[in-house]
Amino acid sequence: MRKRVIFPQVGLPYLLLLPQLAITSVFFFLPAGQAIWFSFLRQDAFGIRTEFVGFENFVELVQDPLYLESLWITLVFSFWVTALAMSVALGLAVLADRHIRGATAYKTLLIWPYAIAPAVAAVLWIFIFHPQVGLLGRFLNGIGVAWDYKLNGTQALITVVVASAWKQVSYNFLFFLAGLQSIPRSVLEAAAIDGASPARRFWTVVFPLLSPTTFFLLVINLTYAFFDTFGVIDALTKGGPAKATTTLIYRAYIDGRVNLDLGSSSAQSVVLMLAVIALTAVQFRFIERKVHY
Amino acid sequence: MHGPVATTKGEAIARAEEAAERADALRQRADWLTHAILILGVALFALPIWIVLMGSTHDVATISRGEVPLLPGPYAIENYVAAWTEGSARTTRVPVSAMMLNSFVMAILIAVGKIAISILSAYAVVFFSFPGRMLAFWAIFITLMLPVEVRIFPTFKVVSDLGMINTYAGLIVPLIASATATLLFRQFFLTIPDELVEAAKIDGAGPMRFFKDVVVPLSVTNMAALFVILFVYGWNQYLWPLLITTTGDVETIVIGIVRMIGSEADTDWHLVMATTVLALLPPVAIVILMQRWFVKGLVETEK
Repeated sequence: MRKRVIFPQVGLPYLLLLPQLAITSVFFFLPAGQAIWFSFLRQDAFGIRTEFVGFENFVELVQDPLYLESLWITLVFSFWVTALAMSVALGLAVLADRHIRGATAYKTLLIWPYAIAPAVAAVLWIFIFHPQVGLLGRFLNGIGVAWDYKLNGTQALITVVVASAWKQVSYNFLFFLAGLQSIPRSVLEAAAIDGASPARRFWTVVFPLLSPTTFFLLVINLTYAFFDTFGVIDALTKGGPAKATTTLIYRAYIDGRVNLDLGSSSAQSVVLMLAVIALTAVQFRFIERKVHY
Repeated sequence: MHGPVATTKGEAIARAEEAAERADALRQRADWLTHAILILGVALFALPIWIVLMGSTHDVATISRGEVPLLPGPYAIENYVAAWTEGSARTTRVPVSAMMLNSFVMAILIAVGKIAISILSAYAVVFFSFPGRMLAFWAIFITLMLPVEVRIFPTFKVVSDLGMINTYAGLIVPLIASATATLLFRQFFLTIPDELVEAAKIDGAGPMRFFKDVVVPLSVTNMAALFVILFVYGWNQYLWPLLITTTGDVETIVIGIVRMIGSEADTDWHLVMATTVLALLPPVAIVILMQRWFVKGLVETEK
């Protein structure tokens, strides 16, 4: 953790740490602390009086069917984004890892969606899914399928899942490829000499050896689906129709920024903080142990 | 091997060659299939971009009718000039050039700012011993668990109390504290051999001299890698600028596009498409041009 040889100065390190700690205190710890404090308060309708209400904001959240529904939507949404983005990436990585000509070119052609903002990815997919100006949307309506993600909740969810997963595939692809390339050739050759078929080799040798990468990506993808997909949802559906794509983050944004509901928004922030802390803790546990079988 | 015993040496060789040819043919078939699927994958990834790129060269009527052109049209220059100089006249009226400038300022200052404050704090934590060192380290580390998204309202309140709404400072400063960059530099500093520090001390070099002449030059690759990742991070911010900007003055291109679409009743789709192309060009270009550093940086920061 620390070097054996160090500089003896005492004041200097504080000076070096100052910018980072100042920003962290003002923009991280102060608001996080306020979120916790406000989550126990309630303001009256005019914002004049505030009173301490204990856990009432949390109790209300848990009893609010709409909040529970957005929790459920978040889980369904995150599951599909993660499953889709990871399985497509793994498939492509396995193929690109084969020793074929042009493997590097494929790599270049597959990683650039990483650079596209979630909100911009959403705009790109408008021109696929939109019932009037989208390629697929128009086609579906043309053959008699009533497709409009602005009216149908399930279709809205499909649209935001596809746009979110599309953007995340390249990230997963890079990590799966790095994971595959670190598997020693000798292990694979041994399995091949024992007569294992390619499919069997994949499931019994490659996949277990990839498990650290897979677990790591699982956490990263869940975090992405929970928090970073705000732009996709805001650009495509604005949480609608009828709140069908309102995830926890989207709801926290609406309650905090639009409805200016101090207590409830803060309580939601605290719940989300707990979720991030749990995800991060899981991530570090797995990385520490370097999960293998 | 289990077949009938070869009568002559020649026959055995012929049989072996035949087997090798069969294996080759099989491998070749598998290779073709691999290429086919990869090309399909690449095409699937490129399709949405292709549609927008082609669409941005047609007029608004073509797009609104839903023709979804897959080939270039004659309006490329007109559309890009209109978007660049005026923006969407029917919705936001903010020229894309202004949004691009804001995005560039934001992305570059976030990247440079994060690198600067992270390298300093990592240097303090690794090369010095002082009371509160572990506390400082944990204070930085724990910010990993507090992304903007989970403290939307209170952070907005702090920024607005400081009068930083609709300013570059409000857009940038709250985002430049980063645990990831600090952790990466710390990791790297731990690999700098003690002998180097020893030698510097014997030569009478102080800590700042050592930092300037040894640590910074050694960290150049790490900085380049981080710059790519952080530039993309800054350019792609959405929720934060949405909270902080209420007027067009400091609007970034990423939120600008979404505002341009508006209620979809009266959208200049052709300009939205041109703006989309302009919005994704800089980050995609930087990732492709600096691919080597980018991949290295990405895989290392996350470990």
